[in-house]
Amino acid sequence: MDLIRLNNITKTYHVGEMDVPVLKGVSLGIGRGDFVALTGASGSGKSTLMNILGCLDRPTSGEYWLDGEEVSRLSTDQRASVRNRKIGFVFQNFNLLPRTSAIDQVTMPLTYTHAHLSEKEGRERAKALLDRVGLGDRGHHQPSQLSGGQQQRVAIARALINSPPLLFADEPTGNLDSKTSREVLAMFRRLNEEERITIILVTHDANVANTAKRNVRMVDGLIESGAFDGVTDRGDTTRSGAGASGATAAPAPLVTGTAGTAGTAANAEVTSS
Amino acid sequence: MKTVVRTFQTSLRALRRNIMRSALTCVGIIIGIGAVIAMMEIGNGISTLNQRAIASLGANNLVIFPGQAASGGVSWGAGSSMNLTPQDCEAILRECTAVRAAAPEVRSGGQIVYGNKNWVPMQITGSTADYLDVRQWPVDEGAVFTEQDVRNSGKVCVIGQTIRREMFGDENPIGKEIRLANVSLKVVGVLTRKGANMWGGDQDDVIIAPWTTIKYRVSGNNRSGSGGGGSSASSGSSSGGVNTLNNLYPNSGVKLYPQQSETQAANYPQPVRFTNVNSITTAATTAEEVPLAIKQITQVLRERHRLGDGEPDDFQVRDMTEMMNTLASTTQLISTLLLIVAGISLVVGGVGIMNIMLVSVTERTREIGLRMAVGAHGKHILMQFLVEAIVLCLAGGIIGISLGRGVSLLVRQLLKWPTAVSVPAIVASVVVSATVGIVFGFYPAWKASRLDPIEALRYE
Repeated sequence: MDLIRLNNITKTYHVGEMDVPVLKGVSLGIGRGDFVALTGASGSGKSTLMNILGCLDRPTSGEYWLDGEEVSRLSTDQRASVRNRKIGFVFQNFNLLPRTSAIDQVTMPLTYTHAHLSEKEGRERAKALLDRVGLGDRGHHQPSQLSGGQQQRVAIARALINSPPLLFADEPTGNLDSKTSREVLAMFRRLNEEERITIILVTHDANVANTAKRNVRMVDGLIESGAFDGVTDRGDTTRSGAGASGATAAPAPLVTGTAGTAGTAANAEVTSS
Repeated sequence: MKTVVRTFQTSLRALRRNIMRSALTCVGIIIGIGAVIAMMEIGNGISTLNQRAIASLGANNLVIFPGQAASGGVSWGAGSSMNLTPQDCEAILRECTAVRAAAPEVRSGGQIVYGNKNWVPMQITGSTADYLDVRQWPVDEGAVFTEQDVRNSGKVCVIGQTIRREMFGDENPIGKEIRLANVSLKVVGVLTRKGANMWGGDQDDVIIAPWTTIKYRVSGNNRSGSGGGGSSASSGSSSGGVNTLNNLYPNSGVKLYPQQSETQAANYPQPVRFTNVNSITTAATTAEEVPLAIKQITQVLRERHRLGDGEPDDFQVRDMTEMMNTLASTTQLISTLLLIVAGISLVVGGVGIMNIMLVSVTERTREIGLRMAVGAHGKHILMQFLVEAIVLCLAGGIIGISLGRGVSLLVRQLLKWPTAVSVPAIVASVVVSATVGIVFGFYPAWKASRLDPIEALRYE
């Protein structure tokens, strides 16, 4: 079964007396472990679709199955719980809390989690995640003491604290220079490949979109291409095929990515010493 | 539960993050609560001062008069009975917890002479040294006569300012002797000015001497009170008009408590004739205790006078109802005034909190959006901001209480006002500051909880 399945989703905004249809019947399937880039021109309904996929908004009509659950009709609080358990968010402008240490940033979503980790377990988990994103020694730094790329990596660690199956990244490289962008994208790839986390990357940058295994392109409220690539009801054979094709595309960026991270870590050590 | 604890921690962390702003926000509440506490404590002080002032007019004084005597159906009027004794006075002081001081009173009249001047004082009172304490009437110069003087019928007296002016002018009266009905009394003290009483009588036109002196030396009637020549309680009386030389030395002649020989006592088992006084003046501990004092005095005197259940009182206790009412209404007025002022400052503080919380919500819109995106429910956000507001108010409240106490201690030190800790005010302040936090914190918190995460995340 797919992680995400949208059936004929529409979204209409009411602006004054006028009805403005933004999504005009979108159907989409995304399998587990997929890495999808959602692209489209400004005004194509890309952000609206992303909000609905991220359970931040409700569609006007249609069905949205997330991890075997129909979430399109849930109340605000129920959707908040779904977001907490199943979705991690990474934003363009990082959205870190000001004057708060990296550890506290990462543990913040645990405040609203029902799976009861103790304070200590939470902090240990946060430390492990910071280690994983290469910031193990920056746990007590505040956002103002971190570079843009480091801030975004803290944000990624935060998104992963509840081990969500789905990770949303809304223009994650929009505020980063090309080198750190490559590092962050490489991290996404690694998370996708090593932890089988499904990632949806919203971007308008073709280069960024190319990092993903699959490209869903939106035009004028409809999906122009890529709606069901590699995920059909036919089951496991095709999905493993998609995985294989991803793996073949993988090596080049992964190598540069790891090299890049190692490089920054070395640089950081030089500057700090 | 864990969520509640963590939300609480989140709130505290947020307050710490903006420590300066939190502190400044607190100031509003600190001043508010500080004002309440200081006002209440200083107000208590003012009340006490006010009470003292009115008490010195005699508001908590109780005067006990003997009941009426009647002879053959003819009443002698109030106070004509001769059944109040100095021992009654001592018993009242000993047994009534609500009575602070008590003094017997013996009244007399007559002309005083000093040098080539003479004068008729409005009041010549015989009493004990406690009388001045009951009347809250300090001595201006010199001292009060002593217990010893009372026991010995010492020929001493204290005089009021009017007597001093009329008799001595600029001369120092201390140690001088004035003559009152042919008895020389040495002036040992001059009382402070008390002015007119409530109906215009000059209270300073007074001579106060030991009651034994007035009764046995001056009044010249050693058996009964000045007013009761023919009453049933006293049996016979000597001719009181002339002071013989004999009367000047009562210790050798007249006994305070007439002696009977043993044979006499056996043959005529009469009730012992006692020395009576005209009235007993007492002061209740506070104005509020006056009714209790009346009750206790009545009980003690009924017992001492051996009155059965059905019998009417043979004495009267009079209080100063009018002054009591004045006192109650002034105290009421002061507390109401202080409450209004305190209430206004608290509202101002509360609005300050609300303002800051609203600013804080706007400033942290993105944070709220983020928290909602990672799974915070509306109620979590509501709680977070509400807790922030309440913590601010409570912290402000606690600091305010210390500040208020400090101010009141300062007033106590500098102005010597008798301020007092007001526990109800402290409890009320804590409750009120928490309430202010909830009331004025609710709207901003509610506003925050209603934000749309999509819009909030996009907020610049």
